[in-house]
Amino acid sequence: MNAVEARGVGKVFASRSGDVHALEGIDLTVAAGEFVSLIGPSGCGKSTLLRLIADLDTPTSGELTVFGKTPQQAREAQDYGIAFQQAGLLPWRTVTANVELPLELHGIGKAERATRAAELLSLVGLDEFAGHFPHQLSGGMQQRVAIARSLAERPSLLLMDEPFGALDEMTRERMQTELVRICAESGAAVVFVTHSIPEAVFLSQRVVVMSPRPGRISAVIPVNLGDERGEDLREDASFFAAVTAVREALHGTPVTARGVDLR
Amino acid sequence: MTDLATTLAPERTAPVPVRPRERSAVGRRVLVGVLAVLVLVALWELVKVVVPDAGGHLGEASVLPRTDDLAMPHVWTIVDRVLDPETSAAGSPTVLSAMLSACWFTLRVALAGWLVGSVGGLLLAALMQRWQLAEAALVPWVVLSQTVPLIALAPLVVGWGGRIHLGELEWQRWMSVALIASYLAFFPVTIGALRGFQSPPAAQVELFRAQAASWSRTMRSLRLPASVPYLLPALRLGAATAVVGAIVAEVSTGTKGGIGRLIIGYAQSASGDPAKPWAAIIAAALLGLVAAMLVSLLGLGLGRYRYAEVR
Ligand SMILES: Nc1ncnc2c1ncn2[C@@H]1O[C@H](COP(=O)(O)OP(=O)(O)OP(=O)(O)O)[C@@H](O)[C@H]1O
Ligand SMILES: [Mg+2]
Repeated sequence: MNAVEARGVGKVFASRSGDVHALEGIDLTVAAGEFVSLIGPSGCGKSTLLRLIADLDTPTSGELTVFGKTPQQAREAQDYGIAFQQAGLLPWRTVTANVELPLELHGIGKAERATRAAELLSLVGLDEFAGHFPHQLSGGMQQRVAIARSLAERPSLLLMDEPFGALDEMTRERMQTELVRICAESGAAVVFVTHSIPEAVFLSQRVVVMSPRPGRISAVIPVNLGDERGEDLREDASFFAAVTAVREALHGTPVTARGVDLR
Repeated sequence: MTDLATTLAPERTAPVPVRPRERSAVGRRVLVGVLAVLVLVALWELVKVVVPDAGGHLGEASVLPRTDDLAMPHVWTIVDRVLDPETSAAGSPTVLSAMLSACWFTLRVALAGWLVGSVGGLLLAALMQRWQLAEAALVPWVVLSQTVPLIALAPLVVGWGGRIHLGELEWQRWMSVALIASYLAFFPVTIGALRGFQSPPAAQVELFRAQAASWSRTMRSLRLPASVPYLLPALRLGAATAVVGAIVAEVSTGTKGGIGRLIIGYAQSASGDPAKPWAAIIAAALLGLVAAMLVSLLGLGLGRYRYAEVR
């Protein structure tokens, strides 16, 4: 069964200064276990699309299903985990307690919560900060806590909105590699919003390029760099070729092909 | 009630996380408090020295109060008077002990009122948070409720109370006083709690929504903890207003035993014994502070929730 299926999905925000067509005629299928990135200029509706899938907003037209259910049913069944641009940590909870929150909300026992939180914190490299409070962490570290939290319940669908935006380049690349590994292991489908072409290419099986006003899908670029994506892939010719392809789709005009030299 | 303006002001930005106040800051606040009292004493005595006994006059109009020992007794006279017996009758307790037992009475009644008012305020705020419609419908009434003069209310409450017989429970005078105190306390608590409940940023609210957390779970794990920095000052303010309410209610319902009654009683002997009413007035003011301080003790165990206290 497909993780996400959108048929002609549109979203219009009514406002006093006129309607904003944030999305129009979105057709998108994300297979189970597939990694799909959304990329496009600011304001093209990437976050809006993610919010529709997460049932934080409702489409004004079209049909949207998540694992064959309505987004609301999927949300109530806890089919997805979210990590958004703002970490949204609870300042009165320690790092561990923040990661445990989804488990706690769903009545998972104390011991199991603690094990899982410890596991996730070492995954995002924050074991030493388990007892700290969010205000004692940097923005990037907070973001990593939020990512750990989104993984807490081993969701079969991950919705991520620029989760690595606040990270330094090194941590970012490490998190990307980790994310690829986690997804391969857990078989989770991912819808990933990013502004970085190399990031989209490195992570995804398909990159969805969007254009603004109204938000539409302008191109879908299959990437498929294989399941074994190590650090050396970032130096590979196939990687640069895919980056070029996405960049051309994004700019709408073919960039003069300079092959593997393009960085 | 200067806090009221800020309590009522619409929230513009989410509170910025700051570290909990340091211990030394508490010491500094105590020091500032003591200094303020000393300055007040000095001013009082200065006015007595500078302004002529008969007060200041501009033509016929009196522009400054009389400052003779009858109108403004010396601070040390007041202190002296406090330690002397209340009346010349044999075995009469000192003014201090009379005031202490009166304050104790009023404090208990005020805290009972504060408790009722705070619980009511919290429930009302939760209701308004739950249903926007309730908020739109109730906020004007909540605000309006505070414009009803307390004096007008007191006889009504006593009248209703007199008709209440709940089985064994006989309606007591002090209950009317407590009820009026609660009526004052509930206002800041309602407004503070509502602001607190609405304070979590969208990212946090949506996180709970994405987890399919129920309203009551979201209340318990998100809105209530997030409201602590708003609630504590509101509860403190509520305690102070409850004391004011209790004192006014004692006077207007003619309830005996409290500091309100004592002020009136002492004021009647002002012409012969001017220090006595002043002592009672000071005691009443201190009582408000004590009540607020007692309530601030609540905040001691809540350090981690006070990352951004709104004062
Ligand atoms: N709640 C809302 N009310 C009105 N308009 C909205 C709302 N949310 C989004 N929009 C509008 O919808 C459009 C798409 O917004 P969206 O946040 O999805 O963009 P985005 O692609 O995520 O941009 P960015 O890359 O900057 O995050 C924008 O024009 C925005 O103004
Ligand atoms: Mg966005």
